[in-house]
Amino acid sequence: MSFSLVKRWCESPLIRRVLQFKVYRRKIQSYNMTYTLLRHRWMKRLPMFSSSVMVSTQTDKDTIDLSKFPVDRIRNFCIIAHIDHGKSTLADRLLEMTGAIATTEKNKQVLDKLQVERERGITVKAQTASLVYSHQGQQYLLNLIDTPGHVDFSYEVSRSISACQGVLLIVDANQGIQAQTVANFYLAFEAQLAIIPVINKIDLKNADPERVETQIEKAFDIPREECIRISAKLGTNVDKVLQAVVDRIPAPVASTDDPFKALVFDSNFDHYRGVVANIAVFGGRVKKGDRIVSAYLGKTYDVNELGLLRPDEHPTQKLFAGQVGYIIAGMKDVKEAQIGDTLYLQEQPVEALPGFKPAKAMVFAGMYPMDQSEYPGLRSAIERLTLNDSSVTVQRDSSMALGAGWRLGFLGLLHMEVFNQRLEQEYNASVIVTAPTVPYKAVLSSPKLIKEHGSEEITIVNPAQFPDRSVVSEYLEPMVLGTILSPDTYTGKIMSLCLNRRGIQKNMVYIDDQRVMMKYLFPLNEIVVDFYDLLKSLSSGYASFDYENAGYQAADLIKMNILLNGQPVEELITIVHRGRAYSTGKAMCERLKDSIPRQMFEVAVQAAIGSKVIARETIKAYRKNVLAKCYGGDITRKMKLLKKQAEGKKKMRRIGNIEVPKDAFINVLKRKDK
Amino acid sequence: MIKHTLHAARRAFSPGLRRFSETSGGDISEDVFEREGPPRLTKQASLYVHWPYCLRRCSYCNFNKYIPKENNDPIMTECLQRETETLLQLSQVSCITSVFFGGGTPSLAHPSTIAAVLESVSRRAYLSDKAEVTLEVNPTPVGKSKLEDYCRAGVNRFSIGVQSLQDGDLEILGRDHSSHQALQTVEEARRLCPGRVSVDVMFGRPKQSAESWENELSELLRVCDYHVSLYQLTLERGTQLFKQVLGGEVTMPAEDVTAEMYQCARRTLHQHGFLQYEVSNFARHKAVSHHNTSYWKGRQYIGVGPGAHGRFIPFGDGGVVREARTQTLEPDVWLREVQERGHGTRRRIQLSHLELLEEVLVMGMRMSEGINHKHWEWFSPQLGLHEVFGTSSNVQELLQSGQLILDDRGLRCSWDGLALLDSMLPALLVILERQISQRLQRDHTTRISNPK
Repeated sequence: MSFSLVKRWCESPLIRRVLQFKVYRRKIQSYNMTYTLLRHRWMKRLPMFSSSVMVSTQTDKDTIDLSKFPVDRIRNFCIIAHIDHGKSTLADRLLEMTGAIATTEKNKQVLDKLQVERERGITVKAQTASLVYSHQGQQYLLNLIDTPGHVDFSYEVSRSISACQGVLLIVDANQGIQAQTVANFYLAFEAQLAIIPVINKIDLKNADPERVETQIEKAFDIPREECIRISAKLGTNVDKVLQAVVDRIPAPVASTDDPFKALVFDSNFDHYRGVVANIAVFGGRVKKGDRIVSAYLGKTYDVNELGLLRPDEHPTQKLFAGQVGYIIAGMKDVKEAQIGDTLYLQEQPVEALPGFKPAKAMVFAGMYPMDQSEYPGLRSAIERLTLNDSSVTVQRDSSMALGAGWRLGFLGLLHMEVFNQRLEQEYNASVIVTAPTVPYKAVLSSPKLIKEHGSEEITIVNPAQFPDRSVVSEYLEPMVLGTILSPDTYTGKIMSLCLNRRGIQKNMVYIDDQRVMMKYLFPLNEIVVDFYDLLKSLSSGYASFDYENAGYQAADLIKMNILLNGQPVEELITIVHRGRAYSTGKAMCERLKDSIPRQMFEVAVQAAIGSKVIARETIKAYRKNVLAKCYGGDITRKMKLLKKQAEGKKKMRRIGNIEVPKDAFINVLKRKDK
Repeated sequence: MIKHTLHAARRAFSPGLRRFSETSGGDISEDVFEREGPPRLTKQASLYVHWPYCLRRCSYCNFNKYIPKENNDPIMTECLQRETETLLQLSQVSCITSVFFGGGTPSLAHPSTIAAVLESVSRRAYLSDKAEVTLEVNPTPVGKSKLEDYCRAGVNRFSIGVQSLQDGDLEILGRDHSSHQALQTVEEARRLCPGRVSVDVMFGRPKQSAESWENELSELLRVCDYHVSLYQLTLERGTQLFKQVLGGEVTMPAEDVTAEMYQCARRTLHQHGFLQYEVSNFARHKAVSHHNTSYWKGRQYIGVGPGAHGRFIPFGDGGVVREARTQTLEPDVWLREVQERGHGTRRRIQLSHLELLEEVLVMGMRMSEGINHKHWEWFSPQLGLHEVFGTSSNVQELLQSGQLILDDRGLRCSWDGLALLDSMLPALLVILERQISQRLQRDHTTRISNPK
């Protein structure tokens, strides 16, 4: 899912940071991997199983016998890297090299075929790639689990990481450690995974692997000897990576003796075969013809087909504990293959796996159809998109200016933009997306309100529902721990930007003689809109940023109203930190001033806290607005223009006697375009 | 399109004679139309003739004009005549109430061309001796020298593009005359057509100040005749001036300054006895342009020449509704089309009832007198001005703020409101559309509930 988000993203030249994603576009093979969402802790809980199954000698693709891969010859790993450090290229090489072990030519064909597939516009969903690798006379099944690269998807990264026992941590030999490298490293480190540092792009002219090794040693406390220097592009030393996967990463913990138990971690729809569910087998085995039950729906299905993803579907007779693959069982609707569902054999019911906790949305934004007549279309588009992206939360909302819509919760800004982009491109829906807000909390003091809400602490997603100070003992705002890596020449500028954003410095280390790593505790609200863009621009693109959630903190929050000639505008209510009220209010007034057309009378645009006006802009009245000449030959053009204005007028929102075009709200509410 | 063309061409062959029969109209004295009411509406029209050529390009102009490569005046004359006849035949109008030669630079045309076109008009329709026949004049010495011949050819009103009395500004604007030459041309025109000379002036010119404008206007008023057209220079894409402004070589006065210039001009003209009868047009002694007034009153007009626009019912083509018609833009192509099939109509769009009313509204509101009830009723017999606009809260606000007036006379802008017309029109159009569609629904419902 997230993968296709990324792909979409790449296709829009309008979106910033696009360059960082280009690499995904070119490297189709990596698309074919999905994140297996196995949870290693469950596996660990299971008793260790030593294989009694004999290794068969044949490795012909069509008759692959999975029973010859006991758990101890399975490795689950993922590749983590900062954007553009070469994760996809390495994945390509791993696929090629392991494919080459079976048949060299066929392997090549597989890749070519995929390329064509993509060129024809067939959606190639993110897939898991199971690699068969011979090492010291033994055959290993290596499950490569792809992870998204961006900060927003760190949730996905951590899900992927938790499915693995080890990671390849890739660092660009030229750029060195970046913010995401750090963030991803800690995710892996905390999950106690085996970490294999890989220094990529050693073929580049400016490559400085020595320096990167120093950085790795310093930042991650990993001995430099453990680093593998490679060029994924040229294939240099990639074989060493495969060896390291087998040698340094432990096998998963699962047992084929247990009853069959599998987790659905992804699904897609095939017109001819119905739902294709991607599963991770946690225990036992499953084969064609088995009757399986969906724990979520209680429905029974016959297994029609199953197999490995290599990365294309590769049918097999059975799937065994510890393995990852796909299953087709006559499910007609994607909804039947609920992601996170547990499958088991009809005659051997098991306790359902906990499934996936819904991703916690940290960035909220209103989404409205450009035109209310597009509401039903947009609704179905959102439904279809959220089906495969359970991390998006959907709540109906309505705005006086923008009509009926939704308040959607996203994992982060990129996630939001990608979602929006997909809506527009795949579903041809024109969408208004309001500026992102974060979920605030309020600790209520009024017993009556506490009773009403059923709890003392409430979460406020819509600023219009912000409770008054008088009934609240404390407001809380979400915090993040941000990591910034940058050449030290920009340190001063970055520190003042962070200070400006209410950031509190937690840490600052030089990871080599020029690069500095800073850790800041930020209110999420402060980084959610334009922080990243500013950071990038003030560091000429050299600084990188990543963040992780860091709970809630008490904050002095206030509700700010925007008034037009004294009339409050409900959709522009904003929750701000007291210290930022003036600058935010001023900026909003300025943006409104620029986007509300001049009227026949003067308009005061004000930001107010309670009854106190803190900022004001004035839109001067029109003094002359009439076309100089209009004769017979001018009518057609004039009518066209006026009719367009009249159409626009129908969509305007009246506040008092002021006509405000929807664009004005959009300009104020939406993210600032760079 | 082709079918229609052939049809029209066939008709064009029947020799036409001057049609005296059906009307006494076409006089410039008073509006026949207003006296006689709707039946005349389709029987008469005004005629616009476009001369597409200029000697040079003015820096601000993006109008349809061409610098001729060779002298094809004879062919142009022949084709203007031919198209005039074809379209008159098609429109089946019996009376041409006014003729306007515009351009381009129609004063580059030979007076015999003007005479020939007017002859063609008279062959196909009644054209009163008193009917207003205006020619736009570029005030160069050559232009001036031809004025008398134009009068002999049948022109009885001149519209002179003075634009500015500042020679420096004339140069920036790319005009090919001096202010002195312009004044001499005005003088000659006044001698020939006393009381029937209009001057065009332009404000909002590069670097112009409100004060200098006021002085310039006063100077102009000392020498001008009974009619002044006042245009704010608008920057049009693709013009040389546009590029200069974009490149920072030339600065245009700010919006507030041009607004002040406009108001100042309105006051000054008023003080000198010039009544503003339209957004940009001022006249004393009732010397209004009848031709242009008929545009604002929503009457039929026929456009002849490259790129000319028309609005009429092509009766001869079996038509029943008014069409918005546009002639082919490029002179060479237009010439060929006229030679091949009698006319160069490139686009015909049938105007719906609503679209017609919209044009009537937009054009009518440009006049100081606005739209009177009778005038509206001719186009909208079922739905009066009060019914359409009276109930809207939006209109009520405009009435209360004193920008708009809706009373026994009709709907019009106040003095202040006229300067803000384009801010009001979109709202009025929205109301009109809503009312008309509601009316249609009501009618529909009534028909269903009361089957005959």
